[in-house]
Amino acid sequence: MMKKFVAMLLALSMVFALAGCGSSSDEGSSEDGTVSSGTADASVAEESEADSEAEAEGSASEAAAESAKSEGVMTYAEYIAADVDTEVVIETYVQAKQSWWEDQATVYTQDEDGAYFLYNMACSEEDYEKLTVGTKIKVTGYKSEWSGEVEIIDATFEIEEGSYIAEALDVTDLLGTDELIDHQNEYVSFTGMTVEDSGDGAAFLYSWDGSGSDGDDLYFNVSLNGETYTFTVESYLCDNTTDVYAAVTNLQVGDVIDMEGFLYWYEGVNPHITSVTVQ
Amino acid sequence: MKRRGTWKRLLLPLLLAALLPLSGCHGSKGLDAFEVPEEFDASRDYEITFWAKNDTNKTQTAIYQQAIEDFQEIYPNITVTLRLYTNYSDIYNDVITNISTNTTPNVCITYPDHIATYMTGENTVVPLDDLFVDEKYGLGGSEVLYDSVTEEEIIPQFLEECVIEGQHYAIPYMRSTEACYINKTYVEALGYTLPETLTWDFIWEVSEAATAQAEDGTYLVNGQEVMIPFIYKSTDNMMIQMLKQLGAGYSDESGSILLFNDTTEELLYTIADHVSTGAFSTFKISGYPANFLNAGQCIFAIDSTAGATWMGSDAPLSDISEDKVVEFETAVMAVPQFDTENPQMISQGPSICVFNKSDEQEVLASWLFAQYLLTNDVQIAYAETEGYVPVTTRAQNSEEYQDYLSRSGEDNSTYYEVKIQASQLLLEQVDNTFVTPVFNGSASLRDAAGQLIENVVKSVRRQETVDDAYMEELFSDVTSLYRLSLESESAYGKEELGPLPPMAVGLLAGLAAVWILILIYVIWDARRRKK
Repeated sequence: MMKKFVAMLLALSMVFALAGCGSSSDEGSSEDGTVSSGTADASVAEESEADSEAEAEGSASEAAAESAKSEGVMTYAEYIAADVDTEVVIETYVQAKQSWWEDQATVYTQDEDGAYFLYNMACSEEDYEKLTVGTKIKVTGYKSEWSGEVEIIDATFEIEEGSYIAEALDVTDLLGTDELIDHQNEYVSFTGMTVEDSGDGAAFLYSWDGSGSDGDDLYFNVSLNGETYTFTVESYLCDNTTDVYAAVTNLQVGDVIDMEGFLYWYEGVNPHITSVTVQ
Repeated sequence: MKRRGTWKRLLLPLLLAALLPLSGCHGSKGLDAFEVPEEFDASRDYEITFWAKNDTNKTQTAIYQQAIEDFQEIYPNITVTLRLYTNYSDIYNDVITNISTNTTPNVCITYPDHIATYMTGENTVVPLDDLFVDEKYGLGGSEVLYDSVTEEEIIPQFLEECVIEGQHYAIPYMRSTEACYINKTYVEALGYTLPETLTWDFIWEVSEAATAQAEDGTYLVNGQEVMIPFIYKSTDNMMIQMLKQLGAGYSDESGSILLFNDTTEELLYTIADHVSTGAFSTFKISGYPANFLNAGQCIFAIDSTAGATWMGSDAPLSDISEDKVVEFETAVMAVPQFDTENPQMISQGPSICVFNKSDEQEVLASWLFAQYLLTNDVQIAYAETEGYVPVTTRAQNSEEYQDYLSRSGEDNSTYYEVKIQASQLLLEQVDNTFVTPVFNGSASLRDAAGQLIENVVKSVRRQETVDDAYMEELFSDVTSLYRLSLESESAYGKEELGPLPPMAVGLLAGLAAVWILILIYVIWDARRRKK
């Protein structure tokens, strides 16, 4: 009897002690055994990629967005007219998630009238999981502009009822025109563009000048009608585990490709590509 | 193409760093202290990792690769794997993440502030003093297979910056400071002449003058719709240097946080005044100073000397299209001063640390590679990529480097005038540079210093009231955001942990009871057997 009692007490004590001081082993490891926080949101990019694919398969807008806004919410036109550094309140729909860091999310969103880039919006990890493509959210934040990119910063949000997934708008013909910026941050497509030499015969570069390595942003040049443009696979949005990252690293100079992505801006148009198809 | 992204990750390392001291309780057994082996075992093969930072600069990447190739020719049994980063924050994040799993790199480019956090892991970073003086494998050691630099050849001030808690935990790799890149053409167009030493009063005055607009809203000085006369890239440096120049508190060697003081508040009010007129903004809020400067939309752009190749009408690197670049004369000056008789500016730039491993031979191999980065081939080549200066007198005084400096302006690439002027600036001002005290938490404090400015700039732009109540709340919020009270307490064990929770007391009591019962049973059993 005594032995059993002692054994039970010991076992219980061990269990509690281990639980209190156990090593957490749920961190992911890379191939070389190191752990990289820099790629911690690979799943996010994967999800973004998966979402994009689902979107392509499901095609078109799955549900009509209600054009009427709730009380106190700006229309897209009012948002565009608002001054930088003023508070804005909008209703919009998640189109892709770029990153989540320490309770801050960066998200591409869009309604039927235009797009809103939400930069470092306050967001718990739990809520971030709820921001699936199409989710309607009401966002309160400040309109801002950083190197030409108009965005909403210091924002908070709440999830609302409703869903809308934008179709990619083909803006190929708008490249090089002043109209293109009217579609800033929208989900767009480009068709029939030719891959050009990005330097030393390469079809793409790791980082803007080739100074990077696998896992960094990819930069590649594509041309249309004699004009060359630089496109990017943004590694936070689509990391090196995604199909689009692999597709771009397999491009050849001279390939004719179709692309989809988001019309990001950095000192001029800088599309962040989420899918590439070689014709 | 540069991009933002480094600073948006700043909060993650704060959390990870806060957890580091607990790692000892979570399965990560600390390593034994490193001792220099008597002999390097050259019969073995070693694979070491080197995490390096480049300034999004292809030439720098090539120099690292060449250095590795050259080193491996000398030591064919040591294979170095390079992992590249484009900012220090990402290296910091990844190192911290890997400390708990004992998967840190062998050699790493870093800042002393960061090393102080790494050191909260047990014997994580190798103290280098014993290695420095090791007769065989130390600096200038007899058994080192290349022409290793001696300790005396490292600029003493730069080496001193690598001392943490009385020991060297790094060797300097490159040094830079901040510079003010000025559109001299616009300064003179506004009726001013650049003084011999730039002052804060001068910058504010000219910046205010540059905000004058025509009736159509364009700015008189540039005829454009955009003009932010003064943009600061690193607002943490801005606050740190202002406080230092004024002799005000920031921190001290014991890790006390002195940032939140009256002088800081006064400086923030001054900054707020100039934000309200549109005379001042920051990188985080508006964009890279270089882009505005080169587009003729900024007059005073303060950034690192290591960013010089992006500055000026003829800058070899640029993120803006050629049609946006405006022709102007660029002046490179030291950061503005409050006391022109006693100029003070920050010393910064990458250092190299060596991480401890269970295999001392592997650590020695790492050290041999680390000090190889101080040889002339690496030092001079890397320094020429930006407005850096080599950290050894051997490199600085070499014919090759002196020739490089003398050819300023010969072209707009290797001999780009602005870049070489930036290097010259630091070479001339080395005695006027300073570093801030390093302790566990100093990296967070640095971020907090910049955050104060960023918050004030944002608030003013949003028409919020910036008054005493605002400042009080700001200080409190920033202290909390960067866990400064937590950092200082946990770092030095000042925190009173209070009584044990009831569950812990119960568990401990249970354990004690079990052991007593075991003891009683053993005694009872022994007596029973005797009988």
